[in-house]
Amino acid sequence: MTGTFVGMPAFPSAARKALSNETLRGNLRYATHTIRAKRAGAVSELDDWAALREAGREIKDQALRHLDRYLLQMEEAVTAAGGVVHWAADADEANRIVTGLVKATGESDVVKVKSMATQEIGLNEALEAEGIHAYETDLAELIVQLGKDRPSHILVPAIHRNRGEIRDIFTREMSEWGRPAPEGLSDTPAQLAEAARLHLREKFLRAKVGISGANFMVAETGTLVVFESEGNGRMCLTLPETLISVVGIEKLVPTWRDMEVFLQTLPRSSTAERMNPYTSMWTGTRDDDGPRTFHLVLLDNGRTDTLADRVGRQALRCIRCSACLNVCPVYERAGGHAYGSVYPGPIGAILSPQLRGTASEIDASLPYASSLCGACYEVCPVAIDIPEVLVHLRERVVEGGPVVRQGAKVTLRPARGHAAERAAMRAARWAFSHPGALRAGQRLASGARRLTPRTLPGPGRAWTATRDLPALPPEPFREWWRRTRQQEAGRPAPADRGEDQQ
Amino acid sequence: MSSRDVILGRVRRALADVPEDEAPYEAAVRRGYHRRHGRRTTAETVDLLAENLADYRALVHRTDTAGLPGLLARLLAERGSTSVLVPSGLPSGWLADQPAEQVPDAAGDTPHRLDRVDSVVTGCAVAIAETGTLVLDGAPDQGRRRITLVPDHHICVVRVPDQVVSSVPEALDRLDPSRPLTWISGPSATSDIELDRVEGVHGPRTLEVVLTREG
Repeated sequence: MTGTFVGMPAFPSAARKALSNETLRGNLRYATHTIRAKRAGAVSELDDWAALREAGREIKDQALRHLDRYLLQMEEAVTAAGGVVHWAADADEANRIVTGLVKATGESDVVKVKSMATQEIGLNEALEAEGIHAYETDLAELIVQLGKDRPSHILVPAIHRNRGEIRDIFTREMSEWGRPAPEGLSDTPAQLAEAARLHLREKFLRAKVGISGANFMVAETGTLVVFESEGNGRMCLTLPETLISVVGIEKLVPTWRDMEVFLQTLPRSSTAERMNPYTSMWTGTRDDDGPRTFHLVLLDNGRTDTLADRVGRQALRCIRCSACLNVCPVYERAGGHAYGSVYPGPIGAILSPQLRGTASEIDASLPYASSLCGACYEVCPVAIDIPEVLVHLRERVVEGGPVVRQGAKVTLRPARGHAAERAAMRAARWAFSHPGALRAGQRLASGARRLTPRTLPGPGRAWTATRDLPALPPEPFREWWRRTRQQEAGRPAPADRGEDQQ
Repeated sequence: MSSRDVILGRVRRALADVPEDEAPYEAAVRRGYHRRHGRRTTAETVDLLAENLADYRALVHRTDTAGLPGLLARLLAERGSTSVLVPSGLPSGWLADQPAEQVPDAAGDTPHRLDRVDSVVTGCAVAIAETGTLVLDGAPDQGRRRITLVPDHHICVVRVPDQVVSSVPEALDRLDPSRPLTWISGPSATSDIELDRVEGVHGPRTLEVVLTREG
């Protein structure tokens, strides 16, 4: 994974900065609470939601557990239907392939339907470096692109912008890219959407090359599936002569029938609708409908490394619905940019450090960008146990250990900056294995509880800066247990000796 | 070594823990979910389709085979359409009563030409009551995917009850994945600005659905 967000500070400092932006927090709070309430309503309409969720989990798990077989099946089916399949081991290779394909058409403009995968690999920048302009056509992506900004939400990339900001961006920037914004543009969503329609329509109607991602690939049939609402996806998928789709290898499902699960769970989890306005499905090319040339670029870029981690591989089940973002108390306050990746929120906190590794400061900090409240797991339509993976990744950051990077086994060293935590854990381990010392320490602490401070000195200060030090009870649990059990049994406590010699 | 071999090799090494004799796919995925939600009569299913289409801001009309040409003529006239796109296999009688210029769907059409047409009339492959969804599969009465996208006004005729199913699983059973499929639920919409829903961004701003009783 390329460092799309180069030079990002680690999550805590990025989040602290975001927290001081009141407009951002207001926009985010309103948006996440609105969509959260709507989603709950859409889900409650289906009394078999739990069974759909379980089937979704099993389908994606099965696809991942036999991914080699399904990738080959997909390649064969797409080729048989007239498409061309390419394999890209990393971002650079994917960008080289796509750039080469666009250049071969002789075109210097391409239209794009929103795609997380192409954002992940920094495709727009790679195309720009070769003199090819890529136009984002999803309304929110257009706002982000015109604003020279970064997306901050999986579903609603411009969620951090309110209507006034969007009006200003359109008025200022549209003329740089093509048709200018209408005179006297107001900030009503209807007028802003109309401005986007007019601006983009001229690009759609003359586009010769379209670039997309895909929500799903069906191995059995070679079918690609794109969910969307605005119609910009349909424009990009059907009007150009050449279509290039860049799709992560984890997007496979084995059979056509599997789509019956995700066509029910994705829209409800994502936009909180019974169904999104448009879904397109295509298999290779047809002489009479749609692009005459179709290229599928299968992207690894860290996915096989993630697959090699038996706890962490479940992150590859993700169908990018963004439900976990909207329920996360940390995301709601910090916003998407603080995560330093195209994948923000709880899923980003486990996906980015696996795709990119935990070497950078931001990636090492992401597993800590959570309160472990578990709300993300509850809403996940494919039951990814995000808290479990977070804890697993924290352990990796602190302890180091064996992982797979770019297909090779390597041993990670413990990350810097976690020395105090490791020292505390070592001390705890020693204390718990020496009950006499633990008992003595507990008695001492209870006896001195009136003297204990509210904040800790030294390296412990960071911990108590945001938390109260718990009050110490008048007697340790072990003392209480011995005393009360003794009273119940009406006999003296057993001699408390010899434990230290075990 | 090609990237294809590199990726497949990485996948196989990553999956070293997966036993060779793992249960086959069909047995490993439990499909405990419903084929459809709730029991409904045929008439109730059609009513639910109409209700859910309207809920997503489609304009729903009902007629029968005899009334269809008159209704289509009225809808096009109310809209002020002077030209209408016609898929090659649209039943010839459907547009018999309307005076607008009929533009046949032709493979050589440029997108700019489609953009100058006011309306499009199509049939559909199947309609899903529980979600308020129309599915088009490019059959001759529906035409290419682009003709229901570029014009700003789409009228879709659904034959009831034959083309109506209750649920998504029932719809998939009827569809052929080798055909280009377009699932349509309401007109084009966006919620990208403060999550306020706005109809009509790039696809048709108006979707009218005519539920036609056969006979």
